[in-house]
Amino acid sequence: MDISLQRDLFIAFFRSGMLGYGGGPATIPLVHKEVVERFKWMNDQEFADVLALGNALPGPIATKMAGYIGYRVGGWVGLINGLIATVLPTVLLMIGLIGLLSSYRDSRIVAGMTAAVAPVVGVMLFVLTVQFLKQSKKGIGLLITLALSIVSLIAYQFLNIHPAIVIGILIAYGLLARPKGEKKGEASS
Amino acid sequence: MIYWELFLAFFIPGIVGYGGGPASIPLIQTEVVNRYGWLTVEEFGELLAIGNALPGPIATKMAGYIGYEVGGVMGASVALFATVAPSLVIMIFLLGILYKFKDSPRVKRMTALIKPTIAILLGVLAFQFFDTSVVNTGWLQTGFLIIISWLLLEKWKVHPAFVIAGALLYGGLFLGHGA
Repeated sequence: MDISLQRDLFIAFFRSGMLGYGGGPATIPLVHKEVVERFKWMNDQEFADVLALGNALPGPIATKMAGYIGYRVGGWVGLINGLIATVLPTVLLMIGLIGLLSSYRDSRIVAGMTAAVAPVVGVMLFVLTVQFLKQSKKGIGLLITLALSIVSLIAYQFLNIHPAIVIGILIAYGLLARPKGEKKGEASS
Repeated sequence: MIYWELFLAFFIPGIVGYGGGPASIPLIQTEVVNRYGWLTVEEFGELLAIGNALPGPIATKMAGYIGYEVGGVMGASVALFATVAPSLVIMIFLLGILYKFKDSPRVKRMTALIKPTIAILLGVLAFQFFDTSVVNTGWLQTGFLIIISWLLLEKWKVHPAFVIAGALLYGGLFLGHGA
């Protein structure tokens, strides 16, 4: 077992968890920062795959990211490590500080503090959005990127279609339709 | 028996709730308040408010705390396991297959096609955070905080930890009174 790697894993997910205000989704750009930019365990494409599958499956997103990335980087120990770093600190804070926190529950100062973090999280998510769109343009071209983006936007925002459905359709199409240049009857992999 | 109930109470929201932890909160409430009666609606609401004042994923904070209250350390472990494990196991299994065939042209194309939709998903999420902020603090504060945090994060490359700490401080000092 690589101790320094496990230490890095713990730090990466501890930091993401402790800085993400607004539940698991708020930790996505922070996890990206650590995993892709700082420690370079994954590239953007792989991170996008993790997000895609994570969003296509039920359950909390933060622990799916931590568990899977921990597993990829550091095996089963990494999986447990990533999960503990994500979950335990805030659960312990909650259990330990419940008395103190409940007396400040209605405090306007606490409300003001968390309210001010929301736009920061928004900006980080937006930066990631632009980054992914740019890369996609480089990969599959402006036209397909634009078409898929517009269709997705309409589906999510206006038709209230669940992301899992859109992602599921894209996965099925990507895997099942015959790629250009592949001859009939040729094996897919 | 109590551990089995705890397991079920968090397992069901975990596998039915799409859209991350925050989306599963109403489902957790149904189990914890309506089915098992471990908390009243008021207590659950109070707990949620406290959980939201702390960082990190919300579903696991609720599971850990309620599990602990109902069944001690063992209860907390069971509730957390039920929340996290099922979807994670499926995720590792599916991504494992994907990774094995990552050089296949079909898998490559599939991951390329997914990217724009993930980008939009993140964009929609970003918009939701902006929207919450406008509701809580108004257009002026939201716009100000967006511009400042963009400059700090992207232009001056300040680590998010400092930007978030700064936002907490700013919020505590200036957003806690009037709004």
